[in-house]
Amino acid sequence: MSASQAIDRGSRPKYFAATWSLTKVRMLLAMRNRTFFFFSLMMPMLFLIALVIFVGRHGGFISEYALGDLLTLTVMGSFWGLSVQLVTFREQGILRRFRLAPIGAGPLLASSILSNYVMTLPTLFVEILVCRWVLHIQNWGNPWAIFLLITFGSAAFSAFGLIIASVTNTMQETQLINQLIWLGFLFLSGATVPLSLMPMWIRRAALFMPATYLAAGLQTSTTNTVNFFDLATDLLGLAVSLWVAFEISRRLFRWEPEAKVPGRAKLWVIAAMIPFFVFGAYENLHGHLLDHIDQTLNFHSIAASQPTRPALPAQAEIPPQLSNLR
Amino acid sequence: MAAPVIEVKDLYKSYGPVEAVRGVSFAVEEGEVFGLLGPNGAGKTSTVEILEGLRTPDRGVVRVCGLDPQESGDRFKERIGAILQQTNLPDKLRVKEAIELFADLYQKHADTDELLRRFQLVEKSTAFYKNLSGGQKQRLALAMALVNDPQVVFLDEPTAGLDPQVRREIYDIIEDLKRAKKTVLITTHYIEEAERLCDRVAIVDSRKVIADGTPRALKHNSAGSTRIELRLARPLTNGALAHIDAVMNCREFDGSYVLHSSRPPATIVALVKQLEAEGNELQSLEMFSPSLEDVFIELTGRRLRE
Repeated sequence: MSASQAIDRGSRPKYFAATWSLTKVRMLLAMRNRTFFFFSLMMPMLFLIALVIFVGRHGGFISEYALGDLLTLTVMGSFWGLSVQLVTFREQGILRRFRLAPIGAGPLLASSILSNYVMTLPTLFVEILVCRWVLHIQNWGNPWAIFLLITFGSAAFSAFGLIIASVTNTMQETQLINQLIWLGFLFLSGATVPLSLMPMWIRRAALFMPATYLAAGLQTSTTNTVNFFDLATDLLGLAVSLWVAFEISRRLFRWEPEAKVPGRAKLWVIAAMIPFFVFGAYENLHGHLLDHIDQTLNFHSIAASQPTRPALPAQAEIPPQLSNLR
Repeated sequence: MAAPVIEVKDLYKSYGPVEAVRGVSFAVEEGEVFGLLGPNGAGKTSTVEILEGLRTPDRGVVRVCGLDPQESGDRFKERIGAILQQTNLPDKLRVKEAIELFADLYQKHADTDELLRRFQLVEKSTAFYKNLSGGQKQRLALAMALVNDPQVVFLDEPTAGLDPQVRREIYDIIEDLKRAKKTVLITTHYIEEAERLCDRVAIVDSRKVIADGTPRALKHNSAGSTRIELRLARPLTNGALAHIDAVMNCREFDGSYVLHSSRPPATIVALVKQLEAEGNELQSLEMFSPSLEDVFIELTGRRLRE
């Protein structure tokens, strides 16, 4: 190989280009992976079918509220796949080969998050379209809020998955921890069982979970019972979590299959939860999130009694008794 | 004189209580193909992985292109290419995608189509990694190692486990690198690989370098004897050849006589004279120089692959 044959990129921003190249390859690999298709496309569609069966006859607000839950479940799914894939790559020695190239852990992790986000968007889009068509949802909700929550939510939950990959040593360990955390997200966030139906201590504990902010944010956004600025807590929580989780997973990143994470490094995981300790403490002491969640459900109860409720094109048309909703 | 491209001084590495490298030192000049020859577990891979920046040494000095692999980060990685002892890629990554992906990771890269042609991977360019044979995977690993047109190439057991045909193909590629004046460090436990490819060889055993030099010099300096195998028109009595000049030992084997000589020219002259005197004649004669294997046995008392 003579140097004259080489192509020099000069001062091209290398990390951006490397991240994008890795992202494209990760998307190609995902599309060729049956497991990905099952968990990222089929599972959400099964949730969607269940939603249509159980909620379809209600229509109106109930459907809009349930769409928020469906989107939450799909976005939270970002948490699963990435940790498993990263641990697999490490165990198979694939990451070692990348370690020889001039890229750090940052572009590799960023490409995981980015590819997962891009691959999740079509599923979410299909869910919204199917819900509008089959469940006769007339209301587009708050599209910008939905978009931002999906974006920050997907990225933040992907980053949580990457932390799990960084602190677990084997696939079995990864799967076990994933299952435990996923169950918590699933049943304590309000995405499957409304928090209003839970005992108070569970509701208070749920305020420390990132999934709660995502679920509450998407429920209020799809029902358009929120204005954009009311979502600041949810978005800020997810954005800060994304940043903290990404930085921690980058620092704890291991390329080698035999490299074991030191026990004390696992404490860093707690650092990823600090934003939610702060938000949870604030919400428990001074916040109104639980009130808002209750009011949203009441709102739906009222709305459910009016199955043919017309669309709410603007906040100004929300009934007076609901005007204090976030 | 220019500074060596690779410089290793008094290198030590342990994994917990297990010592892997014990005081290894050597230097490789620019454009040289340098071999680390030794049995499995001798510390070759640990040494080369420290040079690649994959492992941290416990003690010692390591420089590649004047850079410390641990400290120089991307500047160092832009200048090296490497084949790991075991390269793995995602099963469903296609050959062309793999080369293009790695090309994108470097500031400077070779023409990827040219790499596919050169490594005879054009027909397999759309094949998944999992569907490649061992030889094709190794050719792909070589293409990826050269994708950034590196100054220094590390090849860790590049032909291990491959059939002889593929091994010869890999040898041709390494000889191309030699002609292109690349600096190459190769680890191997194949004698013929070290003898054919390497300008200089360091013999590694028990985690340290026990001899180094050109293959010719190592063989020349050893006390190893040349083996002479001959067939005669009429059989001789036992021990008739044992007293010929410089013969160290002689034995009959399946109709042939096998001599070990410390001075082959003197032995052959004496042999011909004796046969003429006895009215006997030579039917065939073959000489075998001492190999690096003989050198290794002389130095360690063991065969290389024991």
